[in-house]
Amino acid sequence: MQHIRAHVLVCGGTGCKSSGSKEIQLNFAKYLKEFSIEDEIMIVETGCHGFCANGPLVTIYPEGTFYCRVKPDGVKEIVESHLYKGQIVDRLLYNEPQTQGAIRNHSDIAFYKKQHRLILAHCGLINPEKIEEYIAFGGYMALAKAVTTMTSDEVVDVIKKSGLRGRGGAGFSTGTKWQFARNSVSDKKYVICNADEGDPGVFMDRSVLEGDPHRVLEGMAICGYAIGADEGYIYVRAEYPLAVKRLRIAIEQAEKMGLLGNNIFNSGFNFRLQIKEGAGAFVCGEETALMASIEGKRGMPHPRPPFPASSGLWGKPTNINNVETFANVSEIIKNGAEWYCQFGTETSKGTKVFALTGKINHTGLAEVPMGISMREIIFDIGGGITNGKKFKAVQIGGPSGRCLPESMLDLSVDYDSLTAAGAMMGSGGLVIMDEDTCMVDVAKFFLNFTQSESCGKCTPCREGTERMLEILTRITEGQGREGDIELLENLAKNIKETALCGLGQTAPNPVLSTIKYFRHEYEVHIQEKRCPAGVCEKLTNYVVTETCKGCGLCARNCPVKAISGAVKQRHVINTAVCIKCGTCMTNCPFKAIKKA
Amino acid sequence: MKSLADLNDLRDKLQESINLRKKGGTVIIVGMGTCGIAAGAREVMRAILDELAARNLNDVKVIPTGCIGMCDKEVLVDVMRPGESRITYGNVKLADVKKIIDDHIVNGRIVANLVVKRKA
Amino acid sequence: MDIIEHKSGCCDSDNPEKAEVDAILAKYIGEKWTLIPILQEIQNLYNYLPKDVLEYVAIQTGIPIADIYGVVTFYSLFHLNPRGRNIIRVCQGTACHICSGKTILETVEKELGVKTGNATADLRFTLETVVCVGACGLAPVMQVNEETYGRLTADRVAEILQKYQ
Repeated sequence: MQHIRAHVLVCGGTGCKSSGSKEIQLNFAKYLKEFSIEDEIMIVETGCHGFCANGPLVTIYPEGTFYCRVKPDGVKEIVESHLYKGQIVDRLLYNEPQTQGAIRNHSDIAFYKKQHRLILAHCGLINPEKIEEYIAFGGYMALAKAVTTMTSDEVVDVIKKSGLRGRGGAGFSTGTKWQFARNSVSDKKYVICNADEGDPGVFMDRSVLEGDPHRVLEGMAICGYAIGADEGYIYVRAEYPLAVKRLRIAIEQAEKMGLLGNNIFNSGFNFRLQIKEGAGAFVCGEETALMASIEGKRGMPHPRPPFPASSGLWGKPTNINNVETFANVSEIIKNGAEWYCQFGTETSKGTKVFALTGKINHTGLAEVPMGISMREIIFDIGGGITNGKKFKAVQIGGPSGRCLPESMLDLSVDYDSLTAAGAMMGSGGLVIMDEDTCMVDVAKFFLNFTQSESCGKCTPCREGTERMLEILTRITEGQGREGDIELLENLAKNIKETALCGLGQTAPNPVLSTIKYFRHEYEVHIQEKRCPAGVCEKLTNYVVTETCKGCGLCARNCPVKAISGAVKQRHVINTAVCIKCGTCMTNCPFKAIKKA
Repeated sequence: MKSLADLNDLRDKLQESINLRKKGGTVIIVGMGTCGIAAGAREVMRAILDELAARNLNDVKVIPTGCIGMCDKEVLVDVMRPGESRITYGNVKLADVKKIIDDHIVNGRIVANLVVKRKA
Repeated sequence: MDIIEHKSGCCDSDNPEKAEVDAILAKYIGEKWTLIPILQEIQNLYNYLPKDVLEYVAIQTGIPIADIYGVVTFYSLFHLNPRGRNIIRVCQGTACHICSGKTILETVEKELGVKTGNATADLRFTLETVVCVGACGLAPVMQVNEETYGRLTADRVAEILQKYQ
């Protein structure tokens, strides 16, 4: 046997793959061979770290050196300098934007420092296509403990005591949900994992599925044991091909080892899992619609009750949780409810993963204990706003969520504080917006999304969102009328009260919250026919300011010849001809063209 | 896999393969600067790896490092056992490898005649 | 988008593709409600769902054709028209929206001379949008077939499309 002295972990998540991580892996293999150290060093492909903006990521153990934005031609230097001669390549380390210092170990990076990675612990650390690595880090111990030493009731009890709440959005007590399904009497029950991560701007479930799929399988099997189900489905959106592939591999490996299948750990407990790929419909993230889709029908919600716990898939009692919720289960069973309760607040236990995107320095996944403030997440972990711009708003909770202004940043991030403030946890998307973002445009964006994804079953959602979108569109096009804001509020109230499912009931939220906190922007659009952020095209004109040196670059690049002027004279844009493409602004070497 | 004990055994066995990604354990550092390589550091490191493999000492980490400025004493090998002081051995020859691993790594007895530096 | 009636002629008894459709059906017939996987596999075979094949599926499975159309038109991943050899999906999710994903879409439209939702005349490309591929850290993003391209700028679009014939 050979003593392996180093592991080279190359991230193989969707983000890093698109930045070229496959070629990097091949180059490592090639250069390790060239330096004749290929049998001392192992290359490991891991899942997503959630630090995608800085990918491709390479981590080298035992030192834990963290290389960012590695290029294929940088690999030779890492092999020769670091792996052969023991000299860390400082040039390729992560540079903290605030301090400009190179950081060697990823746990020292501000982005990771304030995080508490419980369920993302293995993401980027293990090879998700090898069950052996999951087991080596303690995987399936919780399942073994549950089925061999605990009764089903005890398992439900521990989950209840842990205070775990659904991570999909609504925050219902997971233990209580399991109890309902357990209490239902039936010859057949089902466990479903909702992996239809449809909220735009959210990708923590993708990361867990790609980076640590066995954690989800283990959580589901424990749930099956607890409620008395022997069959489970994972409903994954088809836009996540890599997650589907890794789940298939994981299920196959677990079956081979007897961790799924019949008579698991000789306990008499049987559990099988199947993957169902979605076919592209946001509403299928709603649990009753999701079950309709598994049954092969149009994914339309139906009114509850009956709740899935009494009549779900094919009319049988069913328990549905989302990926992140199931990912918590094994830790709770392994370490106990009391241990889990140390994280979080009085009523919101554990951690929550947030996806930080938009105009923020560190886009990526941040797993933090509940109760941390929004400000800490955005400024300490996220590193603040890009290009030194001013923070304007954070959108939390996806298309069902709200936009919160600066004054709300010190709010504690937990289910109840957010609800009390009129916001919601949602699935954990945080889209950060700066002064260049138009809040009316943002509201229009989300409404356009929910409107096009409305399944059409109930009138308030189908027609109401359409009307709201019409009003928002005319406001952003300079056709807004007096009374439009009140009309929007009125429609929103009706839709919230009368829509059939969560999608419709929450669809007006982005509009209501932008009106509440940024009413002024709506008023300027309607009364002055102006977009203060310069986003709404029909309300924006490009103008040449006095810094113009008359170089003529803008005129030459204008696709519609809308710019004229003599050499060394300030140029003029003919707004009647201008198509507002912005080419002039990007091309001006003197930054003389502004939006107004 | 039929019991918790089975899984425990398997985990213990598999753990060796991921020790490198966990903190702690005994660390051997080999000076791999230009002078070290010229003095035979690569061969010494290979010998260390082979000896560790032969004895199944999977939890010992071997790390190359750059020049530390004692070029006349190359090959330099440092040994750090958890909770003990860092010992630097100088002029390490292939023939010394077995003794360092036997005495120091396995039994915790420092090979005094090779020591060039001790650090708390 | 208009639905054009596309006949593949597959289910005429002398067509060799009939056997492949039959093989797909044979895998699922008898099981409860498996319409979506059947459609997914047929679409993998033809790249879209030809009308006559759907009628054949209706007869073979006993699922009314109206129900099949209901399902097909409900999900955005099912297509009733032939599609290009290469599928471009320009992301219009939140992060991409904030980071000028629209400019990317407009550039692709200009480059190919087609509007979103359509295929080029030579069937080299079909241009679609997608709401979030979960690569928000790299916004703006587009996918061509299985490849994801991130940190896009308008001037990289032509170069990327060139790779696909």
